[in-house]
Amino acid sequence: MNFERIKEKLNILADAAKYDVSCSSSGSKRANKNKGLGDSSGMGICHSYTEDGRCVSLLKILLTNHCIFDCAYCVTRKSNDIKRAAFKVQEVVDLTIAFYRRNYIEGLFLSSGIFKDADTTMERLIQVAKKLREEENFNGYIHLKSIPGASDELMREAGLYADRLSVNIEIPSETGLKLLAPDKKREDFIKPMQKVKDEIIQYKSEKKLIKNTPVYAPAGQSTQMIIGASGETDAEIMYTSAYFYKQFNMKRVYYSGYIPISYDTRLPSIGTEVPMLRENRLYQTDWLLRFYGFDIRELLNKEYPNLDSDIDPKLSWALRNLHLFPIDVNKADKTLLARIPGVGMKSVQKILHARRFRNLNWEHLKAIGIATNRSKYFIVCDSNKFETKDRTAAQIKSLILQQSTSKYKATYNHQLNLFSSIETPLAI
Amino acid sequence: MKTTLVYDGTFEGFLSAVFQTYEEKHTNVSIEKKELAAATFFSEYSCVITDSEKANRVWKGLAQQCTAEGKNNIYKAFLSEIVGIENSLLHFIKRSLSEKRHIDKDFADSEILKIAKTVKMVQREKHRMDAFVRFRLTKDGLYFATVTPDFNVLPLNARHFKNRYADQKWLIYDLKRKYGIYYDLKEIKYVTLQVSEEIYKASQATYYFTEDEQAFQELWQNYFTSTNIASRKNMKLHLQHVPKRYWKYLSEKTPKLKN
Ligand code: SF4
Repeated sequence: MNFERIKEKLNILADAAKYDVSCSSSGSKRANKNKGLGDSSGMGICHSYTEDGRCVSLLKILLTNHCIFDCAYCVTRKSNDIKRAAFKVQEVVDLTIAFYRRNYIEGLFLSSGIFKDADTTMERLIQVAKKLREEENFNGYIHLKSIPGASDELMREAGLYADRLSVNIEIPSETGLKLLAPDKKREDFIKPMQKVKDEIIQYKSEKKLIKNTPVYAPAGQSTQMIIGASGETDAEIMYTSAYFYKQFNMKRVYYSGYIPISYDTRLPSIGTEVPMLRENRLYQTDWLLRFYGFDIRELLNKEYPNLDSDIDPKLSWALRNLHLFPIDVNKADKTLLARIPGVGMKSVQKILHARRFRNLNWEHLKAIGIATNRSKYFIVCDSNKFETKDRTAAQIKSLILQQSTSKYKATYNHQLNLFSSIETPLAI
Repeated sequence: MKTTLVYDGTFEGFLSAVFQTYEEKHTNVSIEKKELAAATFFSEYSCVITDSEKANRVWKGLAQQCTAEGKNNIYKAFLSEIVGIENSLLHFIKRSLSEKRHIDKDFADSEILKIAKTVKMVQREKHRMDAFVRFRLTKDGLYFATVTPDFNVLPLNARHFKNRYADQKWLIYDLKRKYGIYYDLKEIKYVTLQVSEEIYKASQATYYFTEDEQAFQELWQNYFTSTNIASRKNMKLHLQHVPKRYWKYLSEKTPKLKN
């Protein structure tokens, strides 16, 4: 291996790939086969964290940053004056194996600029994955980008080697897309997405009949939207997201605060702060929809098109619906418990277990790890001490904001400090 | 009078001690590790002889009374080596054996909650080792790593690494507890060996490790730097994920440590 050349390429092509925030390596069931290398049947591991607190789980690179397109929000765009580089197929294979054997990574996340047409690019990505699986007997995680416009045959093949496939819609609205990525059409994203969805459904039904049906993209597909580049409201973003979850059975939708990389006047100028707090609120909303049983219309609607920035979306919802509280933690069912501000799903489980032995009081709740300073306005438990006063939503909000010394105040001046990274569930 | 049962520090030894509390019908008893037990005026000392048959009987009895998870948790909490955990575990075991229902989720019992929390910490450390082990390839074809985990977790890591690196020889050595797990392409063995203090000195690198080893580490460091987004820097969150005491494992951070 020519280390100097590889190093130069790696620097360029990892730098260009970093704007894709997905780094998940979970959800695949690919176990080690015939004593080969690797296993992705576990829950996915973060082998390191970058200084921005993001998980490093995969070797995330572009095959090349040559691109014939000119999407305004992308560093790789044709008109951008930057250094270009391209990996050879074998180089990516060797690098992946060397890193994997040293326990640096869970696998590979390979994307690419569209250096010729969609199919040629997609074909090249597939070659890497195929080599890894067939020549190296590699069972680690492989995430391939679906290139917009790639043919159905190629998407079929890609899923036979990859664990996950993704195509980023990037711009939440069609008008935004027209403005910022005039070369791209919405149909071009949808086509490979639709194919992958169909193949997954087909795989699942065939698998029931024929045991050795070849596995197809076991970790499903995901997509990403850029936040704050094109003026959408939170409601527009989340309704788009909900649509993609439902229509294409997405495993994940990622939200990526726009990082200014261009002087293009259609976009926020360089130096504009990355909207990390907003991004975080969107993830919290996403979590509420997927794990807490909320319906999007409860959280965002015509009346409330944007999320509050000073408090989390579950607390906002609770304050708008005070008539549903207080909830009795010793009696309420799981779905109701999940709606208490300050009580995450893990705490819900603990409450359900622990209350089978005895009625729980404030001490028990605290010991179990429940943030009672927030939840106490919304619950009753086995104690005669509870918040008796009839407070208005505004009063409760200001009390909570006063008491939580750091969590809310620190974030309010746009400095995100205490939030978890996107790969871990957030305690809401 | 209180009785203190002193055992040898092994899990079998601990289970033998549990057996003894039943056999001798102790009501006021404390189980302590040999190296930690200090004589006091108010208790009687008795040394436990580790007996695998007795240990097995306790373990089998628990299998009938606990969920598989509850039983694993006893072992995991034991590996924490936290002072006094033996007595929490004894409480857990006694309740398990005497009550009909499974008690491992009775979180309002402070001892049970303590065990649940300890298990969490042990599991977390286990996952950290899964994540932060960094192998280097030695000249004789062995992927080698050293660790100093907060808890004695290597027995829990063995299977993960065996499944993953089925086609390479590897050895993970716990410098603190002075033993390692070694995979010889067939099975896992527990080994002890002398690890030279020189092993990570730059000058010795090519003596122990292959020539490419250093180059791969540099590539990885480069990758780590390139994949970071400077305008999103958030050191507080970063440190929450990787507390500084783990940085020593991570070759991508070594250059920063030197500064
Ligand atoms: S096609 Fe992809 S790589 Fe090319 S400019 Fe558009 S977003 Fe960037």
